[in-house]
Amino acid sequence: MKKGLVAFALLLALALLPFAASNMVVFATMVMAKGLAVLGILVLLRADQVSFGHAMFFAAGAYTAAFLTAAWRDIDLILLLVATLAVTGIAGLLIGVFVTRYRGIFFGMINLAFSMVLYSILEKAFHITGGSDGLRIRRPTLLGFEFSRSEFDLVMFYVVLAVAAACCVLVGRYLLSPLGQALRAVKTNETRVEYLGLSAKSVLLTGYVISAMLCGLGGVLMGLVQGLASPEHAFWSRSAELVFIAVLGGQGHIAGAFAGTLVFEWVRTSAAALLDDSWQLILGVTLIAIILWAPGGLIQLWHRLAGRRTSSDRTGSESGVAE
Amino acid sequence: MNKFSGAASAAALIAALAPAGAFAQDKPAELNIGITTYSSGAASVFGVPARHAAEMLAERINAKGGIDGVPIKLHFIDEGAGLETLLTEYRRLVEDEGMDVMFASISSGVCNKIAPLAEDLEVINFMWDCGTQRILEDDDYDYVFRTQANATPEVLAPLAYLLKHHPEFKTLAVVNQDYAWGRDSWEIFQAALKSQRPDVEVVAELFPAFGAADFSAEVSRLQALQPDVILSTSWGGDLDTFVRQAGQRGLFDQSLFVLPLAESSLQRLGDSLPEGAIVGARGDHYFQHPERRDDPEFKKFNEDFKARTGEYPIYSVYHMVQAFAALEAVYDKAIAANGGAWPEKEQIAEAMAGLEFQGLGRPLSIREDGQAVEAQLVGMTGTSEAFPFKIIKNIEIYDAEPLMAPVGEESLDWIGKFEPGRLDISGTPFEN
Amino acid sequence: MTMNIAALALLDGLAYASLLFLVAVGLTLIFGVLGILNVAHGSLYAIGAYATATLGQWLVAQGFNPWLTFPGMIVAAVAVGVLLGGLIERLLLQRIYSKDPVLQLLVTFAVFMILENLQRMIWGVQPYFMSTPLTVLGNVRLLGINYTAYQVLFLPAAALVVLFTLRYFLRHTNMGAQILAVTEDREAATAIGINASRVYFMTFVIGACFAALGGALATPTTSLVTGMGANMIVLSFAVAATAGLGQIEGAAISALIIGIARSFAVYLSPEIEVIMPYLIMVLVLLVRPNGLFGKETVRKI
Repeated sequence: MKKGLVAFALLLALALLPFAASNMVVFATMVMAKGLAVLGILVLLRADQVSFGHAMFFAAGAYTAAFLTAAWRDIDLILLLVATLAVTGIAGLLIGVFVTRYRGIFFGMINLAFSMVLYSILEKAFHITGGSDGLRIRRPTLLGFEFSRSEFDLVMFYVVLAVAAACCVLVGRYLLSPLGQALRAVKTNETRVEYLGLSAKSVLLTGYVISAMLCGLGGVLMGLVQGLASPEHAFWSRSAELVFIAVLGGQGHIAGAFAGTLVFEWVRTSAAALLDDSWQLILGVTLIAIILWAPGGLIQLWHRLAGRRTSSDRTGSESGVAE
Repeated sequence: MNKFSGAASAAALIAALAPAGAFAQDKPAELNIGITTYSSGAASVFGVPARHAAEMLAERINAKGGIDGVPIKLHFIDEGAGLETLLTEYRRLVEDEGMDVMFASISSGVCNKIAPLAEDLEVINFMWDCGTQRILEDDDYDYVFRTQANATPEVLAPLAYLLKHHPEFKTLAVVNQDYAWGRDSWEIFQAALKSQRPDVEVVAELFPAFGAADFSAEVSRLQALQPDVILSTSWGGDLDTFVRQAGQRGLFDQSLFVLPLAESSLQRLGDSLPEGAIVGARGDHYFQHPERRDDPEFKKFNEDFKARTGEYPIYSVYHMVQAFAALEAVYDKAIAANGGAWPEKEQIAEAMAGLEFQGLGRPLSIREDGQAVEAQLVGMTGTSEAFPFKIIKNIEIYDAEPLMAPVGEESLDWIGKFEPGRLDISGTPFEN
Repeated sequence: MTMNIAALALLDGLAYASLLFLVAVGLTLIFGVLGILNVAHGSLYAIGAYATATLGQWLVAQGFNPWLTFPGMIVAAVAVGVLLGGLIERLLLQRIYSKDPVLQLLVTFAVFMILENLQRMIWGVQPYFMSTPLTVLGNVRLLGINYTAYQVLFLPAAALVVLFTLRYFLRHTNMGAQILAVTEDREAATAIGINASRVYFMTFVIGACFAALGGALATPTTSLVTGMGANMIVLSFAVAATAGLGQIEGAAISALIIGIARSFAVYLSPEIEVIMPYLIMVLVLLVRPNGLFGKETVRKI
């Protein structure tokens, strides 16, 4: 239960962040929001399936918030989250029914195709979606309270922190449950899954819907922080970015999703200071270095640095801090 | 991680959340101006010259001691980096770097998102170049102002010019960029055209993607349709590509082109533009402005700019000049109103209404809704011995008032009430 | 009238499809042989285009015969393909052939990011033009419409030349036979003395050259802007996946389908133009997961 303690200490430290470094609040909020989407990618990585289209659920979350806040000015934040879960859950189920028939590169491609259809629609339907300019997301209320911009930033920080913590726990539980364990079996041997009395397809579909909802949550929270839903959210390079971060952080680790996002966003924002317009270059080199020399990602590096022995099975039963 | 003391951080939090106190403002060490402009992407053809202009103007102001002794410091944000990055960077500049005034932005789509953010952050924002008329018509803003005209006069002036000089047209097609400006400007043009010439048939409405690199299929379709007039409010790389591809395939021979933003493409397009196309400049902006061209200040600026960048200024440069002119004017006005003391941002915002200033065109004024009133220059392309590209001939400069919706009215409602003949207006005509 | 529109849409679609094919064929060839979906293909396309523009502008500025821009396009494309393609294969891909396909794909995505950034550093962010080849070939008049000869004659011809040369190369030359053998069964091919790593290298360089050639041939028809690589890679994915990955002739046909569907959309319903390629891809993949011409792969159990 040492891990539980570490997780609790980390949570507490994060909760105090606004008091220590108030200028880091928005950055931390965005990292956690995006980390949620990466967590979604991670679930599918368990089954060794990589979606190059999950940004579509991210965009779906942001646009849900944009449409709802435009229709009802005083809508509550909680309602937005529930609506997003419903929208992306249903979308994930509908799309998932088709895409879970595929594996490997075809799984990636068909997801890419769906996301590019959504991207094109978002970009083209100007009168509904605002076209390439996207839509503004107005500030919602929370439990009946209205907030000014700076108050809202703080509120969002704690909301995202709470949602992220809850998701970590739930995803951790899910991955340890028989359904979650079966995901790993999909990766190694699909027939074995069927022997266990589970259908490989429904195992993957469950994982797909969960990952879609996580991406949706990431999208709606990110959209609320930025006040913007943009078709760029659904572009293929965004999907690839999410996969990138998942691998960067370390496949199979819940903590890796957030650590990866932190490093990714940190490099992105600070690379500009180092060398004008070079963040892609630096991140690209980083990714290659990670894949070639530290395929377990940041989490593995951390274990190495901390002098701890790496678990012989990286993607084994340890599922990060939330256990 | 636990180096902080609770009391100190609680105090910091309260300070962060508390509204700015109403203390007398000390003169700051420098006046921080944040400017969004395109440094990348197709629209950088506007943004890069404007950025040069901003740097030039800041140097000039600082050389004469700054504004009331306070030097200006510029901070640029690249609009081409995408809306998300832009909004984040905008917030960072305002909240962390303490910008005094923001100039944002070029794109109408960006302005739509920036204006509410600026109002939220309570930072003075000059919309220095974006066209969409919606922002100040749809909502009331305390901190957002526009230091140039909006889409309504910028589109109605070329239409009035077209109706006067080529009234014989029967069919029209439009090729606009697919984003806020392309859609809004067409809506205005179409509504006004219907009110004046209900007989004109619109044969095609094409909205290729913003930044599209290929218009082959659009050009083929336009050739098949043979409209009398082809309207395009596109700009930058999109307009250049469209004009080149249309010119290459002889579209100019069969249709009259109306290009309300083409002043900014004249130098790049060289011979690719035909003679006789109607071009506008989103205001009275032209490096051969017939009323200003003998003015030493005007000549000096154009020469300096040419020496610095190798090109003559285009309208985005003059829009930047206007933003700086407004900045200087409003600080002068607010300082005078404040008894000579450095003003608070609320006092600056108050001083904006009714502000009069002049860039490198005719004088401008800011209405009570924060919108500037700016004259419009329209003309036709022609050839000149003096320049290796097309110049603007048969210029008319229109007063802005009759072409703008009055304060508190939305442009489209206002145009909806147009009587036939409403746009039979002339500007000040100039020979050559 | 309707017949006319159909004919016009066909001509526009043909020009567009030719360019799509030129890019997609390299992507599909590399996948067919190496099993790697090369995301950096889009960057090679863009860099091929920029290199062509630079070389072409230089040739024109030096007062050379404008017709020299035609060989200039090929020189630029081959230089980019051999240099960059060779470097990428030797320095990176060689190390990852044994890795998970997902990691291979991510490595090419990393290369894509690096090349996008380098491209901005070298050529900046201003749009580039080099339309000399288009101008010297002039216009042709078809069905009362002016077309550039470059787009309706030269590009389709170039696409056909590439298609048939590649077919001949694969079926009737020694190197081609080796490539096919390695594609069939790498271990068996190695056993009979084929140098598989040399075959991989050659294939990747050839594929990279096609990407750069696609960019080179696109240069006269368009303006070069940042982000063109990101848009092209996803389009050529659509072409390759619709055909079935690894299908060369299939790529030609699906490029035609997508190109023509897109230009019909411009005439009939401009709003859906940009959606067409992806819509086609989704529909095809839903019905035929391996694409129109792809063979059923045996799923590892």
